[in-house]
Amino acid sequence: MNLRGVWAIYRYEMSRFFRTLMQSFLSPVISTSLYFVVFGAAIGSRIDEVEGVSYGAFIVPGLVMLSVITQAISNASFGIYFPKFIGTIYELLSAPVNFLEIVLGYVGAAATKALFIGAVILATATLFVDLHIAHPLAMVVFLLLTCISFSLLGFIIGIWAGNFEQLQLVPLLVVTPLIFLGGSFYSISMLPPIWQTITLFNPVVYLISGFRWAFFGMADVPIGLSLLAIAAFTGLCLAVIWWIFRTGWRLRS
Amino acid sequence: MAMVEVAQLAKKYDGGFEALKGVDLSIAEGEILALLGPNGAGKTTLISIICGLVTPTGGQVRVGGHDILADYRSTRRLIGLVPQEINLEPFEKVLNTVRFSRGLFGLKRDDALIEDVLRRLSLWDKRDTPIRALSGGMKRRVLIAKALAHEPKVLFLDEPTAGVDVELRRDMWEIVAGLKAQGTTIILTTHYIEEAEAIADRIGVINRGRILLVEDKHSLMTRMGRKELRVLLDSPLETLPAALEGRGLELLDDGRLLVHSYDSTAERSGIARLMADLAAEGIAVRDVATRQSSLEEIFVSMVHNEEDEA
Repeated sequence: MNLRGVWAIYRYEMSRFFRTLMQSFLSPVISTSLYFVVFGAAIGSRIDEVEGVSYGAFIVPGLVMLSVITQAISNASFGIYFPKFIGTIYELLSAPVNFLEIVLGYVGAAATKALFIGAVILATATLFVDLHIAHPLAMVVFLLLTCISFSLLGFIIGIWAGNFEQLQLVPLLVVTPLIFLGGSFYSISMLPPIWQTITLFNPVVYLISGFRWAFFGMADVPIGLSLLAIAAFTGLCLAVIWWIFRTGWRLRS
Repeated sequence: MAMVEVAQLAKKYDGGFEALKGVDLSIAEGEILALLGPNGAGKTTLISIICGLVTPTGGQVRVGGHDILADYRSTRRLIGLVPQEINLEPFEKVLNTVRFSRGLFGLKRDDALIEDVLRRLSLWDKRDTPIRALSGGMKRRVLIAKALAHEPKVLFLDEPTAGVDVELRRDMWEIVAGLKAQGTTIILTTHYIEEAEAIADRIGVINRGRILLVEDKHSLMTRMGRKELRVLLDSPLETLPAALEGRGLELLDDGRLLVHSYDSTAERSGIARLMADLAAEGIAVRDVATRQSSLEEIFVSMVHNEEDEA
């Protein structure tokens, strides 16, 4: 195992993040504050409680997930797409590193950044609402798994993308709608029965439900199912990346 | 011992294009091999396969005795690659990007070595400069520094002086000579015959995915080289005297210059006979000079011959 190689990639990726630290820090703080102003104060004042939790607090897990998932995807996809775009990928392909080491470096860095953003949003949220986390350990595990699995998905998107438009395509057209419709801002039980059934096909539902369970001890789907879903998703992403490096798809001609 | 051993290497791209059609090549430790060939000949594909950027569809490559696919970690540690395009991250600083290259190859940070590499390439003063602020020539040096950061035994230079001014090209040749003196094996591809002539020990000519020839530079030039004897006459001739006809002599420059082409390796060059005949005809000679055909002429004629046969 070329651990120094992994560390070199990780550090290089993180240094890009630190170069724009203020941007990385400020944008989630501002966007979270806006969500709280719009959803928490303006709309939330008309909704009393959702299953015993104030609406402002209820949306916190969904908000964290929304940002963490989009950040994980965009960081990881950009991280691997950029070297492809400017041609520096040659160095990675000619270095004594295997697919696992490359993934560890890039996905590790993207997941770290997403985790940082998640922590910033949680901290910002405490300024607006009273937050008591029922299962802190489970919350951390869910957050970590989400950062890692969606960074893996972002990595796949970055390798697949042939231009900057494609890089934005999947997050905009698929991931963001799935997050919004996955119960970020409402409970599935608020939907008519037919929509409840349809929603269960949305994988993000299981993530947000599990994450919300860690906060408030209540969930739309059983917690075991949530864990299974995120584990299966991580496994699927890893299998796809393994196949990409084995065949050299979009990397080696 | 052969440092790089290529056997029956083939590459067929998905579209059906055969970039390499069974290439055999053996490169000795410490030598400089120049691969010459027109665009699309297969030079970059060959280098890319050895370095791990392109997957071969047939054949085998061993570097330092290790197979490039089965034992890629060992071979890649031995190899440094300087690509043809200037592929660098514009916002990164010189020192950081070179350090990154060393780490990527699994080596411990070594500031003294990186300083030495940067100094040798006249980059030390620019170590904290973002790459986008460097000139084209300096960027090329950064690519070389990155390739040298893990102390490779074999260095591949893909068109190292393409689009580089004359002065920088000579600097580059000096750098290559310095690396050779340290025992590095160097394989470079080039369009510039002058470059191969100036720095290579052996020349390989590749065209349409086949190696046409690999030979010691001097013996190649002697073997393939046509020589010309150029005789400047005292007074111009209108036509060749009958005694001098039928030998392929050319009368140029309004009859002032007589050109005799001959094979430098043939037993008889025909020079003595020509001089004797000129004296017998009473033709006074002002000056004589010989000229050997350059590698460029050799190369062009070789590639043309091959294309005529195809």
